[in-house]
Amino acid sequence: MIRDITLGQYYQANSVIHKLDPRTKLIGTLVFVVSLFVKKNIAVYALAALFLASVIKVSKVPYRFVVRGIKPIVMLLVITGAFNLFLTPGDVLVTIWKLHITAQGVENAIYIVIRLLLLILGSSMMTLTTTPNELTDGLEKLLKPLRIFHVPVHEISMMMAIALRFIPILIEETDKIMKAQMARGADFEHGSLVQKAKNMIPLLVPLFVSAFRRANDLAMAMEARCYQGGEGRTKMKPLCYEKRDFVSYVVLALYLCLAVAGGILFARIMPTWASVLKGN
Amino acid sequence: MSIIIDHLCQVYEPGTSMEVVALNDICLQITDGEFIGLIGHTGSGKSTLIQHLNGILKPYSGSVYFDGADIFDEDYDLKKLRSQVGLVFQYPEHQLFEETVFKDVCFGPKNMGLSQKEVEMRAYQALKMVGLEDEYFYQSPFDLSGGQKRRVAIAGVLAMKPRVMILDEPTAGLDPKGRDEMFALITKLRRESNMSIVLVSHSMEDVAAYVERIVVMNQGKVMMDGSPHEVFSHVEQLEAVGLMAPQITYVMKRLKEEGLPVLGSEMTVAEAAESILKLLNR
Amino acid sequence: MLGWSAFKKGMNMGIVKTSRLIFEYIRRNEEGDVEGITRAVDRVNLDINAGEFVAILGHNGSGKSTLAKHLNAILDPTEGTVLVDGKDTTDENEIWNIRKTAGMVFQNPDNQIIGQIVEEDVGFGPENMGVETAKIWERVEKSLKSVGMYAYRHKSPNRLSGGQKQRVSIAGVLAMHPKCIILDEPTAMLDPNGRKEVIAAIKELNQKEGITIILITHYMDEAALADRVFVMDAGSIAMQGTPREVFSQIEKLKQLRLDVPQVTMLAYELQKKGVPLDAGILTIDELVGGLKACQLL
Repeated sequence: MIRDITLGQYYQANSVIHKLDPRTKLIGTLVFVVSLFVKKNIAVYALAALFLASVIKVSKVPYRFVVRGIKPIVMLLVITGAFNLFLTPGDVLVTIWKLHITAQGVENAIYIVIRLLLLILGSSMMTLTTTPNELTDGLEKLLKPLRIFHVPVHEISMMMAIALRFIPILIEETDKIMKAQMARGADFEHGSLVQKAKNMIPLLVPLFVSAFRRANDLAMAMEARCYQGGEGRTKMKPLCYEKRDFVSYVVLALYLCLAVAGGILFARIMPTWASVLKGN
Repeated sequence: MSIIIDHLCQVYEPGTSMEVVALNDICLQITDGEFIGLIGHTGSGKSTLIQHLNGILKPYSGSVYFDGADIFDEDYDLKKLRSQVGLVFQYPEHQLFEETVFKDVCFGPKNMGLSQKEVEMRAYQALKMVGLEDEYFYQSPFDLSGGQKRRVAIAGVLAMKPRVMILDEPTAGLDPKGRDEMFALITKLRRESNMSIVLVSHSMEDVAAYVERIVVMNQGKVMMDGSPHEVFSHVEQLEAVGLMAPQITYVMKRLKEEGLPVLGSEMTVAEAAESILKLLNR
Repeated sequence: MLGWSAFKKGMNMGIVKTSRLIFEYIRRNEEGDVEGITRAVDRVNLDINAGEFVAILGHNGSGKSTLAKHLNAILDPTEGTVLVDGKDTTDENEIWNIRKTAGMVFQNPDNQIIGQIVEEDVGFGPENMGVETAKIWERVEKSLKSVGMYAYRHKSPNRLSGGQKQRVSIAGVLAMHPKCIILDEPTAMLDPNGRKEVIAAIKELNQKEGITIILITHYMDEAALADRVFVMDAGSIAMQGTPREVFSQIEKLKQLRLDVPQVTMLAYELQKKGVPLDAGILTIDELVGGLKACQLL
C-alpha cells in the first residue's frame, strides 16, 4: 500500500486542464501568483478567486479534494493571521490585555490569509492536474535558456525524475528496516529527544547503505542503456504547444490585464479599511 | 508453551474502496520444537502472518497467544516477546549497521537490558553457532561476502536466545552451496536448542526435504495444514493456487501413472531412489 | 538447405568473443593501502555464435557477473580482448555501439527501471540513442508486446510484480534493437512464478526473434534450457558443453558448489546402484523412457 503514495497528489481526470502543456500550467501558476501581488484590495482577490474557481470547475477535480489540500497549512494561516492582527501598528480599535488590534491589523490579517489561501490553492491546482513527470519535463524545457549560464538543466530534471521514482521504494525500505530492528528490540518511539535521535542510527545506516547500492546499480543500468547526458537525446513524449495552450495564454493575458486594471481603478474609488472602521 | 493464533484477521484500509483483506480468520497452533514450513505464492499473506507473531503488526481482529498470554494486551511486554520469538526478515543482511560484526550481533541482547558481560557472551555464542570464523568478528559487516552477512544477521537474532525462530526466505539469492549451508545451520539449531522453527519458503524441494509440517496459505487463509506427504499428495490443488510440488513428486506421479507400483508422493531424491530400487530388487 | 546452413555458419563469426580475458582488481585495507590483487576473471575464452542461447553457471563469487560486465563494456579487461560483433570493447569510439548491440539486464528489478511509467522506461534506451519520436513509439510497442507487457504500458513500475518488472527491463533493452542480450542473474530475486515468466520470455526472444541470449544464473533448471553451458569457478571456465554433457558430470558439479536438476540427480543415484540409465538425463520423459528400456515398466 505504501507504494501508492504519490507526491504532489496527482488527481486523474480527463479535462482540458490536465491535457494542457505543463509549461502552460507552470507559467499560468506564475501569472496567478503575480496577480495576487498586484494590489492589496478586494477587487483583485475577488477576480483571482473567480478565476481559480473556474479553473477548478474546468479541471473536473472535486472541490472537496482541492480544499483538502489546505488542511496541513491551517496552523500556518492562523499564526500568520494572528501576527498581522496584533502586531500591525496603527489606529487602535480594541485592546486585549497588552495586545492592540488596529484597523490596519484587521485589514492586513484578512488580506494575508486570503492571499495565502489563493496562493496555496492555485499552486496545488498545478500539481493536481500535472503528473510529476510532466512537471519535470516542463521545467526542463522552460529552464533550457539557463544553460547559457552553465546551469545543468537536464541533469537537474533527471535528478528530480529519479528521486520521484525512488522515494516510494525507499519509504518501503525504511518500513522494512524499521520492523527488522524492532524485531531485535529496537525502540523508535520512546526516550528523550537525544535518545530518539540516537535510536535512529540502526535505521539510517542501513538506509544509506541501501540508497548508495541502489544509486550504484542504477548508474550502471543507465550507462548500459546508452545514457550519456542530455546531448543528442530525443524525447519519447516531446512537449509541443497545441491550440488549447495558445487559447490559455490569451486567457491568462486577459486575466492579468484585468487584475492590474481592476486593482488600480478599484483602489481609487474604494476607501481604506481604516477609515471605514473608524467611522469616518 | 506454544503460540496459538486465534481467529486472526488483518484488513488494510478498512471501509474504503481500497480495502484489502490480508489475513482472513487464521487459526493455528505452533507447539514447542516443531519445524513448520509456511508456503504460498507472493501476496498470499505469509509475510503478514509472521509479522503478527512477534507483535510488529497489530491485528484487525482476533489475537495471538504466547505461553497462554494475549500478546496484544495493553500491558503485555512486547520487547520481551520479540526476544522470545525471533523474526529474521527476507534479505536480513540489509539491516546490519554497526562498525563491527560483533557489535552488530550485540544489538539485540543489549536492547534486552542484559549486563555487558552477558551481552558479549551471547553475541560470541551466536556467532559461533552460525559458524562464522573468529577472524571476521571485528571486521566491518559490510566487508563480508553475501552469505557471511546473512549468517551475521541471523546471529543477531539468535543472540537474544529466542525459543521460536521465524525465517522469511532465508535462502533467497543464495547459490546451491549457500542454501545447503543455511539448512545445515537450521538443522543444527534444532538439534542443539529444541527451538521451534517457522520457515517461509518458495522452494518446494527445500520444504519437502526438511520440515515436519507444512502450512499452505492462499488469499489470506490457511488452505492446507499437514505433513509434507499429505500436502504434496494434493498436487492439483497446489497448482490451482500457483504452487507446485517438488520435481521428484512429479517424476514419481508419472511413474505411478505408467503403472509402476510406487507411492507417487515421494518428495526427495533419496525417497524416490529407494522406492524404485525396491521394485528392481524384487 | 545444407548450403544455407553452412553459409549461415560461415557468416556467424561469433557475436561475442573473448580471448584470454583477465580482470584483476586491487584489494585495499581500511587505510587504503594495497593488500593484494584479486583475479576475478582468469584467462576466459568464449566464442558465442549469433542466435545461440548460452548459460553461464557458477556459484556466488565465481566471477560470472564480472565476466558479464565485460561483454557490455561496463568493465575493461586487464588483459586479453573482448569483441562484441567484431568491435573491441576498449575502443572508446565504439562503446555506445557495443552497448546497443549487447544489451544488459541486471539482477535487481527495482534498481534498473528509470521511468515512472512502464512505456516511458522502455523508451529510455531509444531516447538516449537519439531515435526519432515516432520510431520510439513503434519500438516501445513492439518490445512490450514481445515480452507480454503491453497491457501494462500505462502502469507505474512500483505496482508490478518482480517477474513483470524484469520483463519490462527486458523490453527496455529490446527497444534498443540489440543482437544479443546478457542477463545477469535476472531471476535471483524472483519467486517461482516470476522466474517462469522471465525464462519463458527469454526463451521466446531467442527462438522467435533469433536474439542471442547469454544467461548468467545459478539455477540449473534454467541452464538446462540453453544450447550451451559454461561453468565458471575461481574466475575461469571449469566446464563447458551441452547441458547434457555438463549435467552428466555430477561429482564435478558438486565440487564446484552447484547442483543438478532433481530428475538428473535421481537418475544418477539409480545409475550408481546399477540401473542401466544414460548419463545426463534432463527431463522426466527421458527418465521414464530410460526406466522403460530397463523393462521395469
